Amino acid sequence: MELHDIWFVLIAVLWIGYFFLEGFDFGIGVLTKLLARDRTEKRVLINTIGPVWDGNEVWLLTAGGATFAAFPEWYATLFSGFYLPLLIILLCLIVRGVAFEYRAKRPEEKWQRNWEQAIFWTSLIPAVLWGVAFANITRGVAIDAHKEYVGSFWDLLNPYAILGGLVTLTLFTFHGAVFASLKTVGDIRMRARKLALGLGLVTAVLALGFLLWTQADNGDGKSLVAMAVAVVALVGAIVAIRMGREGWSFALSGITIAAAVAMLFLTLFPNVMPSSLNEEWSLTVTNASSSPYTLKIMTWCAAIATPVVLLYQSWTYWVFRKRIGTQHIADAAH
Amino acid sequence: MDLALAPETLARWQFGITTVYHFLFVPLTISLAALTAILETAWVRTGKEHYLRATKFWGKLFLINIAMGVVTGIVQEFQFGMNWSDYSRFVGDVFGAPLAFEALIAFFFESTFIGLWIFGWDKLPKKLHCATIWIVSAGTIASAYFIIAANAFMQHPVGYKIAERDGTKRAELTDFSKVLFQETALVNFFHVISAAILVGGAFMTGIAIFHLRKKQHIRTMRMSMRLGLVTAFVGTLLTVISADTLGKVMYEQQPMKMSAAEALWESEKPAPFSLFAYGDVSEGHNKVAIEVPGVLSFLAKNNFSAEIPGINDLNKEAQEKYGPGDYRPNIPTAYWSYRWMIGFGGVSMVLCTAGLYLTRRKFWLAPEHRTGEDDVPKLMLTKNKELAPKLGTWWWRLSQWTLIFPLIGTAWGWIFTETGRQPWVVYGVLKTKDGVSPGVSQGEVITSLVVFTAIYAILAVIEVKLLLKYVKQGPPELTEADLNPPTKIGGPGAGSGSDSDEDADRPMAFSY
Repeated sequence: MELHDIWFVLIAVLWIGYFFLEGFDFGIGVLTKLLARDRTEKRVLINTIGPVWDGNEVWLLTAGGATFAAFPEWYATLFSGFYLPLLIILLCLIVRGVAFEYRAKRPEEKWQRNWEQAIFWTSLIPAVLWGVAFANITRGVAIDAHKEYVGSFWDLLNPYAILGGLVTLTLFTFHGAVFASLKTVGDIRMRARKLALGLGLVTAVLALGFLLWTQADNGDGKSLVAMAVAVVALVGAIVAIRMGREGWSFALSGITIAAAVAMLFLTLFPNVMPSSLNEEWSLTVTNASSSPYTLKIMTWCAAIATPVVLLYQSWTYWVFRKRIGTQHIADAAH
Repeated sequence: MDLALAPETLARWQFGITTVYHFLFVPLTISLAALTAILETAWVRTGKEHYLRATKFWGKLFLINIAMGVVTGIVQEFQFGMNWSDYSRFVGDVFGAPLAFEALIAFFFESTFIGLWIFGWDKLPKKLHCATIWIVSAGTIASAYFIIAANAFMQHPVGYKIAERDGTKRAELTDFSKVLFQETALVNFFHVISAAILVGGAFMTGIAIFHLRKKQHIRTMRMSMRLGLVTAFVGTLLTVISADTLGKVMYEQQPMKMSAAEALWESEKPAPFSLFAYGDVSEGHNKVAIEVPGVLSFLAKNNFSAEIPGINDLNKEAQEKYGPGDYRPNIPTAYWSYRWMIGFGGVSMVLCTAGLYLTRRKFWLAPEHRTGEDDVPKLMLTKNKELAPKLGTWWWRLSQWTLIFPLIGTAWGWIFTETGRQPWVVYGVLKTKDGVSPGVSQGEVITSLVVFTAIYAILAVIEVKLLLKYVKQGPPELTEADLNPPTKIGGPGAGSGSDSDEDADRPMAFSY
């Protein structure tokens, strides 16, 4: 395994980390409309991710920065090519972050309701668009001989990609509902379980369709294994939440996300962005990567920093391990 | 294509707007994180309540500010790929690494521990809670270092070679320690951090004075004002020292930028420092110039009679080296942004130094003029003589407004150093026009430029209003829970499993 192969794996790991973590906090955002019955319950949901959403989002920044450093050509082609979808995602993430932090900073109901609306939409839209983006990467897009994306915005909205977007949306929302049942107490916890069950079934249908389609188009033996893991884990997550085993269900919905993302990366390899115009124009781990020297430095940095990050991020979850219920929400805004 | 709407121009405007806007939050975040940490440490060590009230007050302003810093920073991580894809392809091997380091080392620190700090008041023991804000502070400073090292590569590329792969040329890293620790990076970092200290000190001073003028929250605000003034004073001293060093380094590395800053068209020996100039760029000379002889030579070379190369000669030199073309940055922008930077910084320097002296507590002050912790300090000119009331009123007023001056100064500083490097994006290696994304259409850039500007403008209004609200509100009253932080990690009831005991049902100290 050469360094650029290791970095292909590491980039996959960063995206898995991002979707695992921000997956449930996107889901929580969507659930503020689906699950919460009143504004106190909305606040319960938002506060389950309050201390952690920002740290979760750094996984995205790291994925971006690491792609820039390890595969500059991939970074350049992807983000200039998917210009408008990425713009929409960025705008959503900007508004979303401000919404979390500013929502409680004024007592007026209108102010708070506006930010709550913002939290819902800015969680839902990126949850769809990331699926669309990754489906397109896997499927291959119009890349010319100069590694430039020459398709249009509308080319990105093909049926396969839209299905991909629906899968990430439902999967993240399911993941979020399981997380909500794990982190709350009282009535909302029971309803979160019930909703998770329904969401799980919808997710299962859509995900199975999408993964089979992926397997049929680009799959091989390894991706088949990843697909099997994803499907089994998803079924397990649904069964577990049905039995009231919230912790198990959350771990399994997380594994579903990890295995599904792993499957997409497995079908890609050794490409990083296949060209639909000519196979020779595809971006690969070799023609898109940085020099071995840069990759070596990056490997050292990642090898030392990543475990430390995982350690203190896990510690944060442990500090905030207490479940939250409506009784914990103070009346006065801070 | 019309030059005003050329993709390069549009992409530059977008980068300029989003980056200058982002940087408005950066120096405040850097300094307020450290100041909040200092105040919380004072609370932990002395147990005096006004320190905790100050921590909560300044901490709130810090949070309102860092929220904007974080979200506007997300754009920066992707903008190189979106609008500058040829730049990214060319320098990614070198430039990407510090960015990845920044995310992996600094951003994770900041974002994780800021969550712990915000929500941790009733979850973490006092000392541990205080440690989290120090870690945030370390994160903000580390983040600044990596990004300045990346920028230093654009100002003065080192530690790389030009290599060819698949028929295209690109810069490849040869020595990462050179990129991280070259003089340009160190001096620039020194300058940016000094300026950040000044920004935070002035911000704190201005707001504290707002309350002191209204004679409210005196104990907390008097202490804050003194802390702000000391901070600002230290900040100005360091800013001046670092500016001098940076100026000399820049004269070595980018003489064109520095001569543009002085509108020095022809080489002169000795060269004067310009106070005012108005000239004709196309003809390459000034029509009006007010100058102090010899000073520029001294600033640039430590020698009052050294020769300083002029813009016209430097342009000719560059044409011989790099081929035909215009190698001059926008001269009026360079000239005036340089003066605004110095002007705004200088005014706050004078005010803060004067304030530090005038509001002194004991030094060279007759006992009857000394004021206590709960008094607004008198402005004392000498041991027994108070500043004339009229002047005193003016000082209070002006110092209140100085809170914003250094911030404006730092924005002009970046405008100066980035536009002054033009036409290069990587000095002497890659021109800005060769860095633009060829595949991104004019319409797309116009869309993003308009949307970013609009959203940023709306958020600016919201942010400033929110800041004003919390500034006016003053420090909060402390609650029982504030004064009795938990002794074990996780707070009351954590992990006990039962929801019945009273402690477990206590509302969270902080919730959105």
